[in-house]
Amino acid sequence: MHIMEGFLPVEHALGWGAASLPFVALGLRAIKRKVRENPELKMLIGVSAAFTFVLSALKLPSVTGSCSHPTGTGLGAVLFGPLAMAPMAAIVLLFQALLLAHGGLTTLGANIFSMGIVGPLVAYALFRAGRLVKLPQGLTLFLAATLADLATYLTTSLQLALAFPDPIGGFAASLAKFAGIFAITQIPLAVSEGLLTVLIFNVLVKHSARELHDLGLQPAREGVRP
Amino acid sequence: MSKQWQNGLMLLAVILLIAYPLLTVRVPDPGSEGETAEIFTGADGQAEGVIREIAPDYRPWAEPLMVPPSGEIESLLFALQAVLGAGFIGYYVGVRRERSRWNRDSGSSGAA
Repeated sequence: MHIMEGFLPVEHALGWGAASLPFVALGLRAIKRKVRENPELKMLIGVSAAFTFVLSALKLPSVTGSCSHPTGTGLGAVLFGPLAMAPMAAIVLLFQALLLAHGGLTTLGANIFSMGIVGPLVAYALFRAGRLVKLPQGLTLFLAATLADLATYLTTSLQLALAFPDPIGGFAASLAKFAGIFAITQIPLAVSEGLLTVLIFNVLVKHSARELHDLGLQPAREGVRP
Repeated sequence: MSKQWQNGLMLLAVILLIAYPLLTVRVPDPGSEGETAEIFTGADGQAEGVIREIAPDYRPWAEPLMVPPSGEIESLLFALQAVLGAGFIGYYVGVRRERSRWNRDSGSSGAA
């Protein structure tokens, strides 16, 4: 989902940057407020960021014969709300833009928008919806994280199709080309991301029952086992 | 126990999802001009190829500030990124496990 350095026209680069900036600022404020209300959550925020660090570093093979990586943003969005992931994704993307020539500073806004904003929003909305219709929590979490991952890659395809419409087929033909690369490749990886998100959530249920309870994600405390 | 089974099965599914393409995707035969095809290249790079195809006149207007000097150095930096994340998660779980064991052993009924 990394749009390479310089590969968005100036207007697009600036537009996505302007669109992402308020989310990053609001996200920082949301994180600060959570920590002020409950300092115990600091470590769990670290775990969410760490999960994104790990998953976005893993370039996995896909059935299409190309490689891509998961994003890991679903977990943090479900735990801390969709805004909190914008600054966390910004940190990961900045690290990769500066040290790895992956993504770039001129495309940072667009990449934050797909990975740190659209993905987390989808994860959060689906998780809420799943709880509303009382789906089992594990299944809800799986669907939220999997579809958030796909949404991120669809967003990248949209961004590229907007910037580079096909000379003959226009936006739609271009979107089909980019989505053919990103979205299809991503399907098995998104499933992996969904499974890994449920897995780490299960670990947190065991070791951070109280924090999850405070966040309204666990009904009963099961911190100390008899 | 059932939770552990569930976690184990999910981990197994992830391993299979990663292994399956490695076992099934084959390098295509070289073309008539003998060009060799690569497999498992990055989707980001392929998108760059499509951009060059759709808009051959587009010139990227910025260059990365620092490009890892080789594939090995790139791997090193990606591994560093993964280690930072995995290290923190491992540290967190370790601290938590010790804390709940300490609480249990000392039999404190206070803050758990």
